[in-house]
Amino acid sequence: MDMKVAKKLGLKERYSLMTRDLAWDTTFQKMADVFPQTTYEGIKIHDWDKWEDPFRLTMDAYWKYQSEKERKLYAILDGFNQNNGHLSVTDARYINVLKLFLGSTPPLELMAARGFSMMGRQMNGAGPRVACQMQAVDEYRHFQTQIHSISNYNKYYNGMDEFAHQQSRMWYLSDGKSFFDDAITAGPFEFMVAIGFAFEYVLTNILFVPFISGAAYNGDMAAMTVGFSAQSDEARHMTLGLECIKFMLEQDPDNLPIVQRWIDKWTWRGTRKLASVGMMMDYMLPKRIMSFKEAWEMYVEDNGGALFKDLARYGITIPKCFAQTVEEKEHVSHQSWIGFYMKPGATPFHTWIPTPDEMDWLSEKYPNTFDRYYRPVLEYLDAQEKAGNRYNNKTQPMNCQVCVSTMKFNEPGDSMEMCFRESVYRGEKFHTCSDHCKEIFDNEPEKYVQTFISSHQALQGNCEPDGVDVDAPDYRPGARMLDYWRLDERATGDFNGSDDQKNFAVWREQATKN
Amino acid sequence: MSNAFIAFQKNDESRCIVEAILDDNPGAMVDDQPSMVKIDVPHRLVIKRETVEEKMGRSFDLQELQLHLITISGHLDETDDEFTLSWNA
Ligand SMILES: [Fe+2]
Ligand SMILES: [Fe+2]
Ligand SMILES: [Zn+2]
Repeated sequence: MDMKVAKKLGLKERYSLMTRDLAWDTTFQKMADVFPQTTYEGIKIHDWDKWEDPFRLTMDAYWKYQSEKERKLYAILDGFNQNNGHLSVTDARYINVLKLFLGSTPPLELMAARGFSMMGRQMNGAGPRVACQMQAVDEYRHFQTQIHSISNYNKYYNGMDEFAHQQSRMWYLSDGKSFFDDAITAGPFEFMVAIGFAFEYVLTNILFVPFISGAAYNGDMAAMTVGFSAQSDEARHMTLGLECIKFMLEQDPDNLPIVQRWIDKWTWRGTRKLASVGMMMDYMLPKRIMSFKEAWEMYVEDNGGALFKDLARYGITIPKCFAQTVEEKEHVSHQSWIGFYMKPGATPFHTWIPTPDEMDWLSEKYPNTFDRYYRPVLEYLDAQEKAGNRYNNKTQPMNCQVCVSTMKFNEPGDSMEMCFRESVYRGEKFHTCSDHCKEIFDNEPEKYVQTFISSHQALQGNCEPDGVDVDAPDYRPGARMLDYWRLDERATGDFNGSDDQKNFAVWREQATKN
Repeated sequence: MSNAFIAFQKNDESRCIVEAILDDNPGAMVDDQPSMVKIDVPHRLVIKRETVEEKMGRSFDLQELQLHLITISGHLDETDDEFTLSWNA
């Protein structure tokens, strides 16, 4: 008997059957009416079929591997929690990095899920639509698993329960929020550069790789499993962003200046967002594997540099801000930490002065800057604290109108001078933190005048808890900011003397003695 | 010349994958970090299904890499037999 065995299809064929073969061009309605968003940014696409799919995951493979990842992740989480894993972290200071992570990261994952759901609808080509849809599902997974992994800590430590409320209100969370708000209110192609390139390629490579490796080094298996599990998806996301950039550049030479401007803009916005990740690595991990500066060199200078060199064949040049970012890598983590240290009453996590041996580590890792600029400040603050005069800045911060960072960065080339820039739009003054943020502002002022800056909004009476009468004669704007933020006071202040510090010591004692 | 790289979570399966990479990519550099391992290769890094299967002693679908992967650098080309990362410059 003759049996004809059908040859198994190759990966490329399977993937193209699932994407191109299942898609169709509309005829009752014009394609341009069905996909109206992909033209108004000025990007010209002539042939969507030229899109090359980097990862070729078909739906069956996608569900199979993603569910396997979830099973592994939750098995590790269960084991960690069952065995009181929170007591095996290096020391209780570590837990503060999770509080910062919880407020700043899962809400952005959710924004990424929203953004990629939109891209999954807006892109004309079936290839990018499928990849964006999968990415949206991934980002939803990251949002959920990150919250799950930290929820066990929330049973024991202060300051984690109001992260969702705080995301749109809290001063120090505004930088991340504005990053995504800026991206999601741009057109689809700019969104792909903002998130697919700057967020995935620049930011997640530091946050989910050396920082998470550091979390593992500090005994946090929950953060380790959730961080690496997320990053396994981000690897796919980076290739999508990269492919989108190549695709735009290959489709039409007119796209080059637009793409270049987006790369310049979003590399800078990513850099500003990374300042707080730098502080998490250099100051908040009790045991350190590498400095932020070293991570920056590995993942941004070398890896980003590789990408820019590669894109040079299309005429792309290194982003304008690159030289400044190289100078700043020796400063920003220190400036961020000192900035947060000075506002102990305004964050749901604790800050502290590094121990003498931690300061020595910083001197060694930052030979050009730490002893010269930052050790003297930290030692002064330490002496003040020991004399019963713990620094507490109760004023409202001044923020950059674009990146919404508090103004704390130095003038390029002059580490002793604070950097401010000013633009005037319709007779009103707006402040930015740098030449690069000023350029972004000046290019689209009508967008950035709308930035939500809590210190401004508070003074205008827009940051009040329910029930406050802003027309009352004795009304004082911003006086009830802590209630507006729903800030748990037990979670504020210096780590020394905190509930977390005391409880952890008691519980660890119980765990190691009879 | 830029490095292509790939990083994995450290576990038994990825140990075999790393061994396969070292066999197939002369000049590969291994960077051991807490709970992860990163391998850099100048210009082009290739993972071959056959070599991984030899190391594992079982059949292996290259898409199983997804389970252990942390991050990559370089343009990706994925087929049934090879997973390649490369830079053009
Ligand atoms: Fe994500
Ligand atoms: Fe992502
Ligand atoms: Zn700025």
